[in-house]
Amino acid sequence: MADAFVDVFGGVAPAPAPPELEREPAASRGRSLGWVSDRIAGLVEGGTPRWWWWAFVPALGVTAAGGGLAVYLMSTGVGVWGVMVPVAWAWDITNFVFWIGIGHAGTLISAILFLLRQEWRTPIHRVAEAMTLFAVICAAVFPLIHMGRLWLAWWLLPLPNANGIWPQFQSPLMWDVFAVSTYFVVSLLFWYVGLIPDLATLRDRAATRGRRILYGLGALGWTGSARHWRHYAATYLLLAGLSTPLVLSVHSVVSFDFAVSQVPGWHTTLFPPYFVAGAVFSGLGMVLTLVIPLRAVCGLEEVVGVGHIERMCKLTLAACLMVAYAQGAELCAAWYGGSEYDLYAFKNRAFGPYAWAYWTMVGCALVAPQLFWFKRVRTRMAAVFMVSILINVGMWLERFVIIVTPLHRDYLPANWAYFQPTWVDVGQAVGACGLFLTLFLLFLRFLPMIAIAEIKALTPHARPSPMNPAHGGQP
Amino acid sequence: MITPDDPSRQPDTARRGHPSAPRQSPFHPATPASYGLLAQFDSAADTLRAAAMVRDAGYRHWDVHTPFPVRGMDAAMGLAPSRVGWWAAAGGALGFALGMWMVWWMNAHDYPIVVGGKPLFSPIPALPVAFELSILLAALGALGGMLWLNRMPRLHHPLFNSDRFKLATHDGFFLVIETADPAFAGDAARQLLRRAGSRHIEEVTD
Repeated sequence: MADAFVDVFGGVAPAPAPPELEREPAASRGRSLGWVSDRIAGLVEGGTPRWWWWAFVPALGVTAAGGGLAVYLMSTGVGVWGVMVPVAWAWDITNFVFWIGIGHAGTLISAILFLLRQEWRTPIHRVAEAMTLFAVICAAVFPLIHMGRLWLAWWLLPLPNANGIWPQFQSPLMWDVFAVSTYFVVSLLFWYVGLIPDLATLRDRAATRGRRILYGLGALGWTGSARHWRHYAATYLLLAGLSTPLVLSVHSVVSFDFAVSQVPGWHTTLFPPYFVAGAVFSGLGMVLTLVIPLRAVCGLEEVVGVGHIERMCKLTLAACLMVAYAQGAELCAAWYGGSEYDLYAFKNRAFGPYAWAYWTMVGCALVAPQLFWFKRVRTRMAAVFMVSILINVGMWLERFVIIVTPLHRDYLPANWAYFQPTWVDVGQAVGACGLFLTLFLLFLRFLPMIAIAEIKALTPHARPSPMNPAHGGQP
Repeated sequence: MITPDDPSRQPDTARRGHPSAPRQSPFHPATPASYGLLAQFDSAADTLRAAAMVRDAGYRHWDVHTPFPVRGMDAAMGLAPSRVGWWAAAGGALGFALGMWMVWWMNAHDYPIVVGGKPLFSPIPALPVAFELSILLAALGALGGMLWLNRMPRLHHPLFNSDRFKLATHDGFFLVIETADPAFAGDAARQLLRRAGSRHIEEVTD
């Protein structure tokens, strides 16, 4: 080992090729480095598969219908939704919190697990980051159309206007504008920086001039230079380190929209960590929902193995237990806090007119994921997929329960009401799913869904250091 | 589909009409100038050893090109740690100051409105905005720093004139010594690269 150290770092290398070069270049699962780029870039370079069109055309249609409903909403008024006084926030804000929460698991996988050196994240992080971006786009739609007058949305920004007034920064809604827009920009940067070497791979493989120019522009002239990799790796690490406090702040700020108000059932200091845990949980459910069909359809079982899915399941289970704990703590605080309004809000949640939503949420989001305790479930893709769907449904209902049940019966019984969604509410929720799917399918078709350079960097080939057992040293 | 290692490719025909082909102009001589020597290696381990040899031979204008970051390459090339972190730190500090200043200026100075009997400016409600702006500008600073230090984006690089260099983003390992290096003298660089174990050495023109 000492000799190898001197060879590499002392510069007195022997002339003949060192012994490890006699071996076949090892890569993941015994595949060569070239296989990695051929396999992943091939998905983007080959013809459009039939399943893609079968998914894309309906998704685009649903998106267009959702856009049409937004036009209907703005031309008629927000009364086309079921919202009224006292339930002025309903499906729209539920969808906002649901989608923004979905994004959080993407950042968890791409940034936090990167900082923790969890290498199993590598095959799924690109998909998870794309999911984050598209989920934030879907989320941003709802507060905007919820205003009813979309053309005044720019009043949210600190821009000078004819009235000479500025946004009021004591409102959590303004914090939300900054948190969500920062989250989108930083997630986009993180995703794009990760893509640069892979875009260079696609540029160098391009069969047509158009592809070479387009991918070449995206790759910014990347040459794989070691001097560049040095700054690149530092930037990637910094962006991961910046995304980690950012992701915690974003859902904390979203929860301030509720917690800073005085509505019983909203006004609690538990909300920021509770919302972050819920966001990560629902997002992990969505990652499973996306990755399981994807690996089957694209034939990526070798890259995204059962082991990856199993670890995801364990992480999901851990997040589920945190959410369950937070829900229990919330009930305990209401019982112990001594405020009769708070206590009533929780009694009403579990046994009032929305009990159906509450108990469905408990079943889908808190009970069903307990199946992940069993390895037999975690290693069966169909079972994991079913549970992930239940998690999505349950976590959507969780936000609905949190938002609507405190509002519909607050301090004055004379103001109590029961919210029911209209067909426009339902259509817009489905439209957001269509928008998400449309963007996601476009991503799958035109960009590498797995980080090619990072997968290569995980092979023993990438660590020719004396510390690597593959090269004769001690781990 | 043409893959970089397709043996049927003819380098000269493939390069004709290439967007990165050197343009003819009065300022560029018709005979292309030499950019440097491009040496291919078989593995990351081999490249690492070669880099240590080139470093110790005293070259300064040279580089290694690999499909992924090779662990230990910075030390083997004698590179100092990246200074991108300072760019991010500067962006973060600027963002925080900007956020605090903006909230104070807008709500307490330019158009003061008392809301709920609260003070016109307090750092506490300004904190979320200042925090988000410090993250935002730190991230933009990190990206801007990387692009500046790497001199990116660029539309052309002399190495793109080499067809074999396309493997640098696939499974090829390359070391380049530039002609501009003061220590670059005739055959010595080529011999050094050969001695380092390169199986293919070619001259790249600009």
